[in-house]
Amino acid sequence: MKQKLIVIGSGMVGARFIEKLLATAPNEYDITVFNKEPRGGYNRIMLSPVLAGEKALSDIMTHGEAWFEARKIHLHTATPIVAVDKQAQVVTTDSGKTYAYDKLVIATGSTPFIIPVPGHKLPGVVAFRDVQDVDSMIEASKLKKKAVVIGGGLLGLEAANGLMKLGMDVTVVHLENILMNMQMDEISGQLLQKSLESNGMKFAMGAQTQRILGEQFVTGIEFASGEVIDTDLVVMAVGIRPNIAVGQKLGLDINRGILVNDQLETSEPNIYSLGECVEHRGQVYGLVAPLYEQAEVLANVLAGNHSAAYEGSFVSTKLKVTGISLFSAGDFTCSEDSESLVYEDLSQNIYRKIILKDNKIKGAVMFGNVTGSNWVFDQLVNQADVSAYRDTLVFGDGFQPSQHINEAKD
Amino acid sequence: MSNNETIQTTCPYCGVGCGMDVSPKKQTKAQSPSASFPYEVKVVGTAEHPANFGKLCVKGSSAGETVDFDGRMFEPQVNGKVVSWDTALGVVADKFSKVIKEHGADAVAFYVSGQFLTEDYYVANKLIKGFIGTANIDTNSRLCMASAVVGYKRAFGSDTVPCSYEDLDVADMVTFVGSNAAWAHPIVYQRIAAAKRARPEMKIVVVDPRKTATCDLADLHLALKPGSDAVLYNGLLSYLAASSAYNSDYVNQFTEGFDAALAKANDLQGSVQATAEQCELSIEDVQQFFDWSVENHKMVSLYSQGVNQSSSGVDKSNAIINCHLATGRIGQEGMGPFSITGQPNAMGGREVGGLANQLAAHMDFAKPESIDLVSRFWQAESMATENGLKAIDMFDAVASKKIKAIWIMNTNPVVSMPNANAVKKALEDCEMVVVSDCMQHTDTTDVADILLPALTWGETDGSVTNSDRTISRQRQFMKGPDNAKADWWLLAEVAKKMGFAEQFNYQNVADIFREHAALSGFENDGKRDFDISLLDHISDKEYDDLAPFQWPLTAKAPKGTKRMFSDGHFFTPSGKAQFIAITPREPVHATSADYPFILNTGRVRDQWHTMTRTAKTAKLMANTDESYVLIHEDDASKQGLKEGQLAKLYNTLGEIVVRIRIDAGQRRGSLFVPIHWTAQYASHARVDVLVQPVGDPLSGQPESKHSPVAIKPYAAKWYGFILSREPIQTDELDYWVKVKGKQFYRYEIASEMALAAPDNIASWAKSILTSVEFGLETKPLNDDDYVEYQDISGGRYRCALLKNGKLQAILFIAPSIELPPRSWLGSVFAQNELDAKTRLNLLAGQASGAKDEGKIICSCFGIGINTIVEAIHKDKLTTPEEIGVAIKAGTNCGSCIPDLSAILATELK
Repeated sequence: MKQKLIVIGSGMVGARFIEKLLATAPNEYDITVFNKEPRGGYNRIMLSPVLAGEKALSDIMTHGEAWFEARKIHLHTATPIVAVDKQAQVVTTDSGKTYAYDKLVIATGSTPFIIPVPGHKLPGVVAFRDVQDVDSMIEASKLKKKAVVIGGGLLGLEAANGLMKLGMDVTVVHLENILMNMQMDEISGQLLQKSLESNGMKFAMGAQTQRILGEQFVTGIEFASGEVIDTDLVVMAVGIRPNIAVGQKLGLDINRGILVNDQLETSEPNIYSLGECVEHRGQVYGLVAPLYEQAEVLANVLAGNHSAAYEGSFVSTKLKVTGISLFSAGDFTCSEDSESLVYEDLSQNIYRKIILKDNKIKGAVMFGNVTGSNWVFDQLVNQADVSAYRDTLVFGDGFQPSQHINEAKD
Repeated sequence: MSNNETIQTTCPYCGVGCGMDVSPKKQTKAQSPSASFPYEVKVVGTAEHPANFGKLCVKGSSAGETVDFDGRMFEPQVNGKVVSWDTALGVVADKFSKVIKEHGADAVAFYVSGQFLTEDYYVANKLIKGFIGTANIDTNSRLCMASAVVGYKRAFGSDTVPCSYEDLDVADMVTFVGSNAAWAHPIVYQRIAAAKRARPEMKIVVVDPRKTATCDLADLHLALKPGSDAVLYNGLLSYLAASSAYNSDYVNQFTEGFDAALAKANDLQGSVQATAEQCELSIEDVQQFFDWSVENHKMVSLYSQGVNQSSSGVDKSNAIINCHLATGRIGQEGMGPFSITGQPNAMGGREVGGLANQLAAHMDFAKPESIDLVSRFWQAESMATENGLKAIDMFDAVASKKIKAIWIMNTNPVVSMPNANAVKKALEDCEMVVVSDCMQHTDTTDVADILLPALTWGETDGSVTNSDRTISRQRQFMKGPDNAKADWWLLAEVAKKMGFAEQFNYQNVADIFREHAALSGFENDGKRDFDISLLDHISDKEYDDLAPFQWPLTAKAPKGTKRMFSDGHFFTPSGKAQFIAITPREPVHATSADYPFILNTGRVRDQWHTMTRTAKTAKLMANTDESYVLIHEDDASKQGLKEGQLAKLYNTLGEIVVRIRIDAGQRRGSLFVPIHWTAQYASHARVDVLVQPVGDPLSGQPESKHSPVAIKPYAAKWYGFILSREPIQTDELDYWVKVKGKQFYRYEIASEMALAAPDNIASWAKSILTSVEFGLETKPLNDDDYVEYQDISGGRYRCALLKNGKLQAILFIAPSIELPPRSWLGSVFAQNELDAKTRLNLLAGQASGAKDEGKIICSCFGIGINTIVEAIHKDKLTTPEEIGVAIKAGTNCGSCIPDLSAILATELK
């Protein structure tokens, strides 16, 4: 008799976990999946190209209903879980149906953060999180001219880029003075802004949104400075919050996210969690690479490999805006005990910086030319001692170590 | 000079005097690399020239690459202002006349050059000795072979090289004494090497404190104590006299002074053991040398600067000559004491008498009748009657203001004279310094008041004499800069302006040659060795066509003279050769606790003199690009010196900074530094600033090979280099050396000062990279296309300046000598607008060996289209999943799976 495994959430991480589990232990579990969204798994990262019209929704579907069916997985779409009885090991759906489990995996992801300023509930204020958000932006672009994206982070810029591609006049409103300030330093942020400006994107930097204006529909936003700009659409892209609702109902230990150990176990036996909804060793991740690592580890754990452990990840960032190359990884802030390697080719909008501590890479930022960034990221992940090739490190891989060369005999 | 014509001339470099066939091809404007220089010059050795029979060394064979007009002096200049020839020569003539009138003729001087043509030399000598009225004319040959001249004169009564190069072919034993001929006289060396190959039993000995490239050929290397050459040859004289090699018939019949010389030798160096001990050599090696010297009658002693540049250089050459006289090894095939000279026309200078202790045509001031003879021949208005000041004394007299006006012609005493800083100061403070030169910027033109642009090799016409008395023509094969003139012309013009028009009214160079030939025969009657009077009436055409010949050339010897003294007759009053009793002397300045090392100086293989010509071609800079100090490993480790770092050498006179080379061939306690580097090519490499201004009391030749110095590490805080398409200004640099590359100049740099703060480094670096020298002026480049790299805590800074996407200049700084190779960066100067990859790699200093991924398809794993396509074909992949299994592409976020499908569709079509 197979154990019953229930997975809440079939987003990118949930689906990847199932895929890995089936590859590792194909006959161990009878799997049931509940998904709040009315479809199977798709590649959320690719929503930006979909918004930009570069890809179709069908291009980004990774785990459609047929995929689940072929693997004899019970998929329930548009079916939120409203209650869990951890003693009885039973979950209850919004329609009141109950399902028993031996193991429960919570992969509920995150929800976009909406700043609670006056007017945030007006029609024309959207987030950028799922297919539905993308659909409403595409619809709006057909009728409206002007858009404001609040949030100059990764997601906000991708949304702004998409809306521009859809023909809208887009202003990005950012609270900080540096775009993507979680990933970019001052110079790279400026180069990024310059590049986007040259594409026609507008910016209101260091601007705090005071309220969203409009009666029936959004008509503008007002900043703390009193300045007002007109807009027909407001996209909130100021960040995400771990979706911890299910965990709260279960009474799991929660901080910013659901707390898990290195085996992705929550504070309750037989309940596991992974993805954007968890907090592991104090870190909440919002990028896919570390979460895929979690998926792999959890699949191993549930396949009975108890030595499998997730020990945290270094993350790297790339922006999916055509024509813009950037890379950011680790902690690229300078401190007293760190050293910086900086390459600037400002006329070509190229900038590369690596921060070292104890001869190991602590963080890296690249803009304009990201050649070798994956190699640099490997050095970071492996915490390699780079002293032997420090003088070519910022330029990537493939260089000979410097040595004294008698030019004459060269 | 039409296209494809071949003109025969003589090499501009050393005293071997190789014949050259030159083909100057005039190019159209479109073919020519520079508008002002329309020639492509091909040079090969002249097959029938007796000095080289078609061979050329690397310097000679690349002479065609040095004839462009880069860096040339184009216009007469007075106090930095361009003026007409008439004005410039007028200022010179007036000033000389005024100084002579106010202070006497001895208040003026000429300092000339072994690179002068004989005709230039003749006019200079005639003007100053016959018309200005002083013998204050000396030449850079003073630094080269003045001791050999006096040695010959003491022994033979005349300055006569007895030998011919042919003797080297047939000698059974050749001893190189103080000669690194492999580098300094490569064609002579190769000639001996060929003889040794043909007759391996031939004995080759090298007598030199250091193991040089010449030792490659040697059966025996005697690395004697520096300065002990006369000890060795006194020992040899003593040994030979007691051996079967002693030729009592010859000694009795043709020589004088043998007993005294032998007594002195027996007394001081009367045994092999005594000789070995005094020379710090093994008894076995000395015994071997002596035995071979006994056994090999056909013995040539080939000596050069190692003998000459000494405070006892004359004695050393006589110690050598003594051994030849005692064995009668002179004047016959395959033997003789053979002084080999370093300049193309040191010998021609000796022939016209262009030294302060010569008169003219191998006559001197010792005989009043000689002065009278020359005076009558020249119709001299103001005849000098006694020796003038030799080089060291001449510049001392400039320093003490006794000499108030000096004309320096085609030489660079600020670099090459001993105590060179004092010479520089003396010239800076002199009332009038005239410099005629072909280059605008030399260390000496830079201290001149009046500059006169001279024509140079290839543009001038005249004759030169090599080391074996062969007179050859140097012929014009191209036109020089429009306003540059031949040296004889500007000397004659000054003479005319000073009122001597009649005696200096030469129409062409052949006029001068005929007069020179006539003087050599004037009232000669076999009394003087130098006689080429057979040519005193040759036509201009015959002069043009003059084939190489060995002087004397007389009615008795109408084809020239291969070998001198074959008949045992010498030019001494008694007609007999003179033995000189030698008491070997230590060098004047001994080492001390403060200055414990002996500094030796000399040439490197591919450079010549002060590099004004040889540094113009990247080819000749390729072997040795930077000055250096050779030091024995033990000395280096004691002094904390490491290979490739920089060392400071210093004494009370000055200081230099050069690169350290550990050399096993160097004696402990001895250092070697090349002579060539000037302030034009290096910040601190003028080695002569360390050389004591002491000379041989007889020859006045400086002791350039024995200067006590101290050595310590240059405490570099950082090292670096700059490559620049245009030469840059070096004022802001501490240590630097400039090297000509193919399309760029390279500067190796270092400093004892710590790097400035980041912002300051950047502005400092940018100001250096944009400061470009243009002829007389300096013009900053206005361009802000920079690429920069900073690793401040690691002590690294790099910056490149680009212009229209092309590399203009690049700078690297590092905390150690570990820097990227310059070769790849140098090659980038040949490229037009740089692609993104090359541009990124610039400041890495090398091309990335990382595989070219092509366009990145899988961003997560950084996998490019090239890798994907390769994997598809190699592993026969048909689906994105298979690609993922094979190379991971598409297995993380999966965004690229549609792209992978598209690539598969294309590739599998």
